[in-house]
Amino acid sequence: MSLLTTRALAKSFGENRAVNSVDFVVKQGEVLSLIGSNGAGKTTLVNLISGLYRPDSGSIVFEERDVSRQSSYERIKSGIARSFQLVNLFDQLSCLDNVALSIFSREGKTLKLATLASRDRAVWEEAQGVLRQFGLDGKAAITAGAISHGERKLLDVAVAYALRPKLLFLDEPTSGVSTREKAPIMDIVFRYSERIVVMHQGSILADGTPDEIRRNDEVTTTLIGTHVTGEPAFENGNHAGR
Amino acid sequence: MEFLVIHGLNALLYSSVLFLIAGGLSLIYGVMRIINLAHGNLYAIGAFVTAWTIGAAANAGAPNAVLLLLLPAGAFAAAAVGAILEPTLLRPFYKRPEEYQLLVTFGLLMILEDLIDRVWGPDPLSAGRVYENFGSITISGARYPAYNLAVIAVGIIAALFLWAFIYRTRFGVVLRATSQNMRMASALGVNVNRIYIQAFTIGCFMAGLGGAIVVPGQSAVLGMGVDALILAFVVVVIGGLGSLEGAFAGALIVGFVREAGVALFPEIELAVLYLIAAIVLFVRPAGLFGRA
Amino acid sequence: MSADLTMQKHRSLLLTLVWAAPVAVALLAAPHVVGPFHTLTLMYGLVFGIAVLGFNLLLGYTGLLSFGHSAYFGAGAYTVAFMVKYFKVASMELFLAGSVLISVIISLLFGVVCVRYTKIFFGILTLALSQVLWSLAFKFFWVTGGTDGLRVPTPSLLGTAPLADKMEFLAFQYYYYVLAVFTVCVIVMWVIVHSPFGKALQAIRDNETRAEFIGIRIRRYRLIAFVVSGAFAGVAGALWAPLNGLATPDVLVWTFSGEIVFMAVLGGFNSFIGPIVGAMAFTYLKTYAVGFTVYWQLLLGTVLVVLVLALPKGIMGMVELLVAKVRRPR
Repeated sequence: MSLLTTRALAKSFGENRAVNSVDFVVKQGEVLSLIGSNGAGKTTLVNLISGLYRPDSGSIVFEERDVSRQSSYERIKSGIARSFQLVNLFDQLSCLDNVALSIFSREGKTLKLATLASRDRAVWEEAQGVLRQFGLDGKAAITAGAISHGERKLLDVAVAYALRPKLLFLDEPTSGVSTREKAPIMDIVFRYSERIVVMHQGSILADGTPDEIRRNDEVTTTLIGTHVTGEPAFENGNHAGR
Repeated sequence: MEFLVIHGLNALLYSSVLFLIAGGLSLIYGVMRIINLAHGNLYAIGAFVTAWTIGAAANAGAPNAVLLLLLPAGAFAAAAVGAILEPTLLRPFYKRPEEYQLLVTFGLLMILEDLIDRVWGPDPLSAGRVYENFGSITISGARYPAYNLAVIAVGIIAALFLWAFIYRTRFGVVLRATSQNMRMASALGVNVNRIYIQAFTIGCFMAGLGGAIVVPGQSAVLGMGVDALILAFVVVVIGGLGSLEGAFAGALIVGFVREAGVALFPEIELAVLYLIAAIVLFVRPAGLFGRA
Repeated sequence: MSADLTMQKHRSLLLTLVWAAPVAVALLAAPHVVGPFHTLTLMYGLVFGIAVLGFNLLLGYTGLLSFGHSAYFGAGAYTVAFMVKYFKVASMELFLAGSVLISVIISLLFGVVCVRYTKIFFGILTLALSQVLWSLAFKFFWVTGGTDGLRVPTPSLLGTAPLADKMEFLAFQYYYYVLAVFTVCVIVMWVIVHSPFGKALQAIRDNETRAEFIGIRIRRYRLIAFVVSGAFAGVAGALWAPLNGLATPDVLVWTFSGEIVFMAVLGGFNSFIGPIVGAMAFTYLKTYAVGFTVYWQLLLGTVLVVLVLALPKGIMGMVELLVAKVRRPR
C-alpha cells in the first residue's frame, strides 16, 4: 500500500529543470534511499514533498489525500517530516529544548501559555529518551549552537524524528563528511535500504533493490564511480560522474 | 480643467520630491541591504542647509541666479554626512543581526533630530523669497508657480540621470553586480567597502536634494525627517524595495493619491495612503517592481 | 530529570532569592522610607517596567523589534481619559479592563498587518501605524483634546474613593496598587515565557524555517505575542494616566516608542528582568538628566548607539559577565 505517490511532479528554476516530471512512490513501512550526485534533484524533490516549494505541475498524494496545495504546516500535521542538509536548529535553546519543542508541537501543546513547560514530565522524559537514542544525552543542557557540527547534524535528525512522523526524510545526513568516509556510508545505505531510488538531472534514473542497482551499468557509469564494497574508485585520478 | 492642471502639477511636484527620497532609500537597500531609519533626517538636513544658505545669501542681497546655484548645497551637505556615517556607524553592523542595524540607525535618527534642533533651533526655517522671485506661469488659464515646474523638472532629470548612471555606466554595472552578489563581486576584485560608501553617499545626496528643492516652497521644520521617512516607506512598499523603477512608480502613485486626498478629503489623506500600502502588501508583498 | 539538573534548578532558585528578597522588601517599604518625589519616580519606573516587559516578549523572545509600542501605551492612557470624560467612570478596575480591551483590539488590528513581515519591514510598519494613531489624536482634537490633552483625576481603588490629598494618595494608596499590578504582570509574563508557547516563540526567533517544519504556525504565534505585548503596554498606559494626571499625544509619538526600545536595550533584552532594570534605570536617568539638558534625544540616541556598539547585552549582560568572573576567578 503506498504511503506517498507523486505523479508527474515538476519544478523548474528559470531554465533549470530541477525536478522533471517525477513519478515517485513510497510504500508503508519501507526504508528507502534516494541517491544521486549534486544537482540531481534530490533536495528539490524533498522540498516539494515537504512543502517548502510549490510544484510547477504534477501532484503529491499522501495517505490517499492530495496534499499538493497544502502548506508545509498542514503536511507536518499530516505526518511528513524532514531533516535539513544545512543544519536548521534553534541555536539559542538547549539540545533538550530543541527535541522537546518537536514533541510539544506534535502533541498540540505549543499554544499553551498559562502553564509552565517544565511541568510536563512526559514531554521531557520522551525528549531525554530521543537524545539518548541519538547519543546526545550528554549534551542535553548545552545550547544547540555550541555543539560540534557532527552533533548538530544528529540533533537535526533527532528533532525531525521526535515528531514521530509517518514519513521521514533525511536530507543528506552525511554531507559535510569527507570523501574518504563517503564510500563506507554509501555501503551502509546499500546494506540497510530495502529499496534505492537513483536520481539524475531531475529524473529518476533507476529504482530497485540494492542488488539491482549495484548491477545497473547506467547507474554506475553516470553516478558514483564508487564500488559499493567500500573502496573509492579513482580511475586515472578522476572521479567518474562528477 | 484648471482644477486638474493645478492638482496634477502639485501631484507631480510631490512625486518628484518623494522619488528622490524613496529612490535614495531603495538604492541604498538594493546595494547594501540596509535600511537607514535616519534617511528622512538626511532629507531634513538637506532642507535646513539649503534654507539657511539661501536665506543668508538672499539677505546679503545675492541675485536670483546665485541663489539657484546655492540650492544644491543641502544635497552636498547630506552626502557629506552620509560619507562620514557609513564607515563609522554602519559598517560595524553589516555582519551582525539586523536588529542591531535597526537599533543603531534609530539611535542615529534621534541624534540627528536633536542636532538639527541644536544647530538651527526649533522654529521653521524658510528659504526667503526664492519661491516668489520665480514668479508664476499661466497654464490652461491657471496661474501656477514657476518654481514648482522647476522642481518637477529636477525630479525628472534626476530620474533619467540615475537610470543612465546605473544602467549605462561602468560604475553602475559594478554597483548592480555588488547588489546582486556581494561575495562574488568581492571575489572578482571589486572593492566592496568603496562601493558601499559610494552608494550610501549617492543615496544620501538624493535625499538631501529632495529636501533642498522642496524648501523654497515650504519651510524646513523639525519632525519633517520622520514624516518623510514614513512616506518614503509607503512609496517603497508600493513600488518594491531595492528597485528604482519601483521608487518611480510608487512616488507617482503616492503623489497623485495624496493630492487627490488633499483636494477632496483632507482628513483621511494619510489613512488612504496607508490603505493603499496595506492592499499592495497583501496582494503583492514584494511591491509592484520588487524582488521577493 | 537528572539529579544534576534538579540541583542546578535549586541553586538558581536560591540565587534568585538572594537578590529578589531585598528588592521586594525595599519596594514594599519605599513609601515609608523615602519621600513622595522618589516614590513617584519609582512608580513611573514600575509602570514603564510593565510596558517594556511586554515589549520584550516581542524582541527578546520572538525576535521582532517594534518601533511603535507607544501606540498601545497611548491607547491605554487615552482609554482611561475617555472613560473619565465621556462615561464619567472613576474606578481603576474599570479603567484597567477598558484599557486592556482597547489595546488588545488595536494591537490585533495592527498586528495582523505587521506580523506578515519581519525585521526591517516589521519595524517600519509598526512605526508607521503608531504615527497614524498619533496623527489621529492631533487631527480629531475636539475628541482628544489635541495637544492640551485630557485631564485624568485620581481614580477609586477597589471601590474606595481616593484621599483628598492627591500627593498622599499617589505616594501611598496608589503606589501599593501599582506595585500589586506590577507584581501580577511580572508573574504572568514569567509564566508565559516559561510555557510551551514561550518556548515556541523562542524557536520562531531562532529559526523560522525549522519552527515551521516542526508544525508551528509562525504568523499565528507572532500575532498572539504581539497582542499580549500590546495588552501589557495598555495596562501600563492605564496605570500611567492617573499618575501623570493628563493624557497627551506625547505618549503616542514615535519618540516615546524609541524610549521603550531604549529601556529594553539598556537593561538587556536577552534576559527576563533586563527590561525592568532598564525601565527603572532609564526613569531615574531621565528625571535627573532632563534637568541638565534640553537635548534629550541627542543624549538618548548617543547612548543607544554606544550600547549597541559596545554593550549590546545591556546592564544585565554586564551583570552576567561580572557574576561569571566572580564565579571562576581564572
